[in-house]
Amino acid sequence: MSQPTSARAAGFPLRAYLICLQGIVGRELLRFLHQRERFVAALVRPLVWLFIFAAGFRQVLGVSIIPPYTVYVLYEVYITPGLIAMIQLFNGMQSSMSMVYDRETGSMRTLLVSPLPRWFLLSSKLLAGTAVSVVQAYTFLAIAWLWRIEPPLWGYLAVLPALFLSGLMLGALGMLLSSLVRQLENFAGVMNFLIFPMFFASSALYPLWRVRESSPLLYRICELNPFTYAVELIRFALYLRVEPTALAVVVGCTILFMIGAVLAYDPARGFLARQHDAGGHP
Amino acid sequence: MAYAYGRRQALDRVSFRIQPGRFAVLLGLNGAGKSTLFQLITRLFATRQGTIRIFGHDVLREAGAALRRLGVVFQARTLDLDLTVWQNLAYHAALHGIGRSHARIRAAEVLERVDLAGRASERARNLSGGQMRRLEIARALLHQPSLILLDEPTVGLDIAARADILAHVRDLVAKDGVAVLWATHLVDEIAPDDQVLVLHQGRLLADGRLDALLASTGAADAEGAFRHLIERPGAAS
Repeated sequence: MSQPTSARAAGFPLRAYLICLQGIVGRELLRFLHQRERFVAALVRPLVWLFIFAAGFRQVLGVSIIPPYTVYVLYEVYITPGLIAMIQLFNGMQSSMSMVYDRETGSMRTLLVSPLPRWFLLSSKLLAGTAVSVVQAYTFLAIAWLWRIEPPLWGYLAVLPALFLSGLMLGALGMLLSSLVRQLENFAGVMNFLIFPMFFASSALYPLWRVRESSPLLYRICELNPFTYAVELIRFALYLRVEPTALAVVVGCTILFMIGAVLAYDPARGFLARQHDAGGHP
Repeated sequence: MAYAYGRRQALDRVSFRIQPGRFAVLLGLNGAGKSTLFQLITRLFATRQGTIRIFGHDVLREAGAALRRLGVVFQARTLDLDLTVWQNLAYHAALHGIGRSHARIRAAEVLERVDLAGRASERARNLSGGQMRRLEIARALLHQPSLILLDEPTVGLDIAARADILAHVRDLVAKDGVAVLWATHLVDEIAPDDQVLVLHQGRLLADGRLDALLASTGAADAEGAFRHLIERPGAAS
C-alpha cells in the first residue's frame, strides 16, 4: 500500500493549516450561498428595526452630541452600529446552533476527527462564521446607505477590523455555548436568556448616559455586557476612531471565550466529555 | 481499554489488535459498546484507562499522526447534502491538509473506486441511500488511510445496496491492503476468513477467525456461535 497522502506532510507544515482553513471558510461561505433564506432572514431583522422602529422613535428618543459623533445625528444613524452588532450576535448564535445540530446529526464529527489540532479546527470554524457575518454586515450597510445612513467613506474600510473582532468575540461566545447546550431544543432558552438581554442591555438602542439617567442598575449591567463594547467598537470605527476600552474588552473576551470553547471541546476534560459520561450526545 | 458512563461500565478491559490487510468484524447487539469504542478510537472522547494505538501512534498523545492514518464512516450520515459530491470530498481533503489539485486527482480515483465516477458535480442530496454511503466510503479513502472504521454502515440500506457496500469494502482490503474494522449486528456480513470480535455488554467475548470461532463453540454458523457466546454463563458483565 502506498504511503498515506496526508502523512507525507509529516508534522503538518504551515501549508496544510492554510489549506484546512481555506477549506473550512470556503465550505461555510458555500453553505451560506446555498441557504438564501438564511441570508434574507439575517437582514430582515435589523432592517425592520431600522425602517420601522427607528423611524417611529426618531422623535421620541433624542440623541445628544456624543463621541464619535461631532454633530447631532438621526436616531437611525445612532442605532446602525448596534444593528450591525445584532447581525453578528444572531450569526454567532446561529453558528453555534448549527454546531449543536451538527453534533446531533453527526457531521460535526467529520471535523473533530480530522488530524489537525482541535484548537485550530475550532478557530477555523470561528473564522469562517465571522467571515459570513462580515458579508452580512456590509450588505446591511449598503442598504442603510440607501436610507441615507452615510458614515465617512473611509469608515467602510476602517470598520472591517472592528467587524472581524466583534464577529470573533460573538462567534466564540456562541461556540462556548454550543458546548454547554446538550440538545438543540434547549437552544430556545439561550435565545431568551442570553441574546435578547445582551442586545437590550447594551448601547445598541440608546446611549448609556440615557440609561444611567433612568436606571443606574441597568447602566451597570450595560457596562458589564461585552456586547456593549462590540457595538462601541463598530460605532467608533465607522467614524474612523478607535475606542481603546472597547478594543481591549472585545479582544480580551474573544480570547477568554475561545479558550473556554477549546477546553469545552477537549476530548478528555471538556463539558462535552462530561455530557458524554452522563449519556448525552457527543 | 475501559470506559464508564458514570457508574455504568460501557467497555470493560477490551483489548485487540488488527493487522494490516485484515477485515475485522466487530459484532455485537445494540448497546454492546460498539459506538463507544468507535468514539474512543477516533478521539471524539478520551480513554481514561488503557491506550489505543493506530499503527504505533497513541490516539491521545500523537493524535495527528494517529488520525491521519484513519478513515471513518460513521453510522449517521455526515455528508453535507447542500454541497456537491466533489465539494464534499474537497472539504474532507482540506481537513487533511491536501491541496486542491491533488484532491482532484484523488477524488477522481476514489469515486471511480466506488462506482460514482461522473457524479462529482451532483448535489449529495440527489444520491440514493446506498450511493451516499459509497460517497462516505470514498471520502474516508481520500487521504489514503491505513485503517478504515465503519460503524454499522449498512443500517437502513436495502439488500442490494448492503451487498454492494460490503463488496466494495472487501475489495479495498483485497486490493489495497487496507485494514478494516466493520461494526455490525448482522451476522450474515461475516466471511469465513474475517477476524471476528464479539463484543457483548462492554466485554470482548471472542477474537479470532470465524472458522476458529465455529470450532471453539461447536456451532454450525456465525449466528449459532454468537448466540453460544453471549448466552453462556458469565457472558454478561
